[in-house]
Amino acid sequence: MNKDFIAGAKGALPILVGVIPFAMISSVAAVSVGLSFTEAMGMSVIVFAGASQLAVIQLMSIGSPWIIMVLTAWVINLRFTMYSATLAPHFQSLAAWRRAALAYMLSDQAFGLSMSHFVSTDEELNHRWYYFGTALTIWVVWQLSAIMGALLGPLVPASWGFDFAFPLSFTALMFGSLRDRPTVIAALTGGSVAVLGKGLPYNLGLVLAISAGIAAGYWSENYKKSRVMK
Amino acid sequence: MSKLSLWLLFLAVGLGTFSLRFLFIYLFGKINMPDWLPRALRFVPSAALAALVFPALTHPAGSLDLSLGNFRLLAGLGGALVAWKTRNVLFTIVAGMALLWILEAAFGV
Repeated sequence: MNKDFIAGAKGALPILVGVIPFAMISSVAAVSVGLSFTEAMGMSVIVFAGASQLAVIQLMSIGSPWIIMVLTAWVINLRFTMYSATLAPHFQSLAAWRRAALAYMLSDQAFGLSMSHFVSTDEELNHRWYYFGTALTIWVVWQLSAIMGALLGPLVPASWGFDFAFPLSFTALMFGSLRDRPTVIAALTGGSVAVLGKGLPYNLGLVLAISAGIAAGYWSENYKKSRVMK
Repeated sequence: MSKLSLWLLFLAVGLGTFSLRFLFIYLFGKINMPDWLPRALRFVPSAALAALVFPALTHPAGSLDLSLGNFRLLAGLGGALVAWKTRNVLFTIVAGMALLWILEAAFGV
């Protein structure tokens, strides 16, 4: 086995503490809204993006239209384009199918771990293999934990209110994404517009809120920059 | 929701998500990314997650409820405090769920 692949896999170990419960909760949630084991695992393997899976499940539980679920999931996963753009130079000489396989495994954790490792180490390192080790380890552990969650899910009674774990997990992820004033403004705007737009038909308020939040963050950053320039 | 539309949902979400993951890895060297794009995309997680969280706390049963009887709002604020201090998904879930159960046991009907 390639030594950089193994280094990547080892690098992923500490973060599994967060991956395991998140994957389990995603499939406990899927089963709790009535999906079968096969359906819950189908979603986990086909989508492999926890926050968007939880959002789809939450929207499913309140009977949202199909198109809103799809659009919401896509918008939530737009962040992957950023990761994709950042990782692209490291994969450039690979065959297209290999790049596609590495892209499929892309996760927040795999991106964060490999990029921070790439910039912090001077040692001779094959970036592709390191990323592959990290991403594959996370993918395998995610799916195994999802299986556990889908098996345990039916044992959890609805009266315990475990659906409340979605907004709680989103809250933690949201605070993790707040890095500066513009991101805080994006969150406050997105959240407030979502509350105000709650009554809109087809859950349009959600798509509107996310767009407003992005616009507000972008605008406030430009505003800050233009003031610094003066 | 029918079985067919459920699987079509997974495929639509999955293929779209894969395209987002693959887009720039595939295009690298073929085109230059417009400079505003990554700067706008940076705000997606904050905006999207807040847009999911806020209404889940203020509209627990579908209508606006800002009273002290809205246990999910109170437990969510407690969870937010833990999230702010720890940035940890598991700690936030444990704290928020525990707070919700305590409130329901103490003041619930």
